Amino acid sequence: MPLRIATQVHGWLLLLPAAVLLVAFTHYPAMAALWNSLHSTPRGSRPARFVGLDQYAAMAQDPIFLQSLMNNALFVLGTVPLSIALALAMALWVNGRLRGRTALRVAYFTPTVLPMIAVANIWLFFYTPGYGLLDQITGLFGLPAHNWLGDRSTALPALMAVTVWKEAGFFMIFYLAALQSIPPTLREAADLEGAGRWTFFRRVTFPLLMPTTLFVLVNAIINAFRLVDHVIVMTRGGPDNATALLLFYIYEVGFRYWDTGYAAALTAVLLAILVVLAIGQFLYLDRKVHYR
Amino acid sequence: MTVRKGWMTAALTAALALSAGAADAATKISFYYPVAVGGPITKIIDGYVAEFEKENPGIDVEPVYSGSYQDTITKVLTALKGGDAPQVAVILSTDMYTLIDEDAVVPFDDLVKTDADKAFLDAFYPAFMENSRTGGKTWGIPFQRSTIVAYWNKDAFREAGLDPEAAPQTWDELLAMATRLTRRDGNGNVTQWGVQIPSSGFPYWLFQALTTQNDVRLMNEAGTETYYNDPAVVEALQYWVDLANTHKVHPPGIVEWGTTPKDFFEGKAAMVWTTTGNLTNVRKNAPFPFGVAMLPEKKRRGSPTGGGNFYIFKSATPEQRDAAFKLVQWMTTPERAARWGIDTGYVAVRPDAWETPAMKAYVADFPPAAVARDQLPHAWAELSTHENQRVTKALNDGLQAALTGAKTPAQAMEDAQKEADRILKAYR
Repeated sequence: MPLRIATQVHGWLLLLPAAVLLVAFTHYPAMAALWNSLHSTPRGSRPARFVGLDQYAAMAQDPIFLQSLMNNALFVLGTVPLSIALALAMALWVNGRLRGRTALRVAYFTPTVLPMIAVANIWLFFYTPGYGLLDQITGLFGLPAHNWLGDRSTALPALMAVTVWKEAGFFMIFYLAALQSIPPTLREAADLEGAGRWTFFRRVTFPLLMPTTLFVLVNAIINAFRLVDHVIVMTRGGPDNATALLLFYIYEVGFRYWDTGYAAALTAVLLAILVVLAIGQFLYLDRKVHYR
Repeated sequence: MTVRKGWMTAALTAALALSAGAADAATKISFYYPVAVGGPITKIIDGYVAEFEKENPGIDVEPVYSGSYQDTITKVLTALKGGDAPQVAVILSTDMYTLIDEDAVVPFDDLVKTDADKAFLDAFYPAFMENSRTGGKTWGIPFQRSTIVAYWNKDAFREAGLDPEAAPQTWDELLAMATRLTRRDGNGNVTQWGVQIPSSGFPYWLFQALTTQNDVRLMNEAGTETYYNDPAVVEALQYWVDLANTHKVHPPGIVEWGTTPKDFFEGKAAMVWTTTGNLTNVRKNAPFPFGVAMLPEKKRRGSPTGGGNFYIFKSATPEQRDAAFKLVQWMTTPERAARWGIDTGYVAVRPDAWETPAMKAYVADFPPAAVARDQLPHAWAELSTHENQRVTKALNDGLQAALTGAKTPAQAMEDAQKEADRILKAYR
């Protein structure tokens, strides 16, 4: 009996460090945010009071929240499929036998290694109207200067381009690993059957990559909702909120306006969206994924 | 670079304090300041602080460069919530209500001890004090204050057949001159814009020049009401939008604040509106003769004041508050206000600074330096309300929507007002 208790204690002690970290940095903040979202924001002279769901009701009246939600949806649609497709294409290419493929792999992966803020500043220079790289190139063809980040119609796509450039290399690594675990015998069998390259890709490679695709997809969507550094450096959500993404808006409400109650409510909504999306993807796609 | 410099100064002063012995333990204060214009501002501030410390061996100041004005208020509020607020900081005069609502700052009236201290609070231009006082108390001391002025390229005026010594005096003249100054190449692409008013970041400030000229206020004195949808405000916005979209003498869309001086140096814009704080920057870098003028008038002349005030924080101990107050007084003596004005182009904040020999010599040598001062009687307080960041953003969003053509000026201002009403409801 004492031995069993000792084992129990031992087990719990082993779990303790991880559990403490998890509670302190994940569960407690999440619960606290939920709790705060039901209260008004305390100001110097006015303490917080319980307001129920008022903060959530306020969202429906908040045009910037609705727009940032819309922007985020566009952002997901614009970056996720494109970066996954690019990642796959790049992986297929550098997986083949070709000269200097290590250099190529490194080149594709570099954007992922660079710090986000540095990357954003470099792109900021590319996009600078009149003096930036992009305008200097278009200027050679006699096109007028364009304010890429200052125009409502190009600001969000400009940010998307940076994200795709950054993410594709990262996802490529996953695809590359998956491709190398596909047994070469399948290729040989297909050759014997006389299957073309496209058929082989469509019927063999792609289905075998589905677990990776699912993983990458979930990550890509979470990343698209988590993006905030590029927005802060490059546009600060402007012009007229054209590039305000959800997390950036939460940052603004929380740390510029110090409306912590409302920011907590927005955070809860973001969390709910991510949970729903993740569950949906797993339930729906899991059935289509071929695991070995 | 600047951070390291700050560290070095701090380390150096710490070493000095140590070598001086523990007998006179120095009062330590940290001092946050932003930089919003071109030029080696951090070096100048570090120099001032070193000088101050030399004259006041009992006080140990750590100057912290804290980014833009926006970054500074964010950093200060974050530090405040974390219990680590600076003791003194330069923050936008318009953030006064926010700082009061957060219960972060002390009024200078509480720190006044002598008659000389009391007189100090009244030493500044009244236009600057509009944003520094509320409820009968003085919450901020003007430091890097400015107004908007117009810079014009005399060579471009000459080439366009205009009198190079005469800047536009009215809105109509501005449009007429800008039309003649706008030049296009063979493909119809503009090589030189007639006039450029920046609209990134804080378009409300430049817009407030137009509304002031149209004789309409954007907010009440208590900071609880805005008048964004007033017809005169809409008219002012229409004028700005028309310059770009109808008359095509102003770059379309959003114009970068940061590159506007460079656009001027490179001849991409013949006239620009920007802060007088850029004066020294323009003087050093413009390769052609340029002029500085008061902004043109519609119903009256006008510009908002702008820039930063000193604030002293409540969390400071009494000794720290006294030390901080000493620093503030030291930084704004007539001689130093004059030197700061000469070093940067900001308006020396008190009338007696303009009577100092250094300033007199500077103005005699370089008359444009006095333009911003002469514009002060026409200047109004910069837009400032409770929840300032948010209420101002509502206007910024509306302006950018109108300038990018997403909304008509009337619609944009209507929406901005609705948003401001929603936010300010709690303060009425």
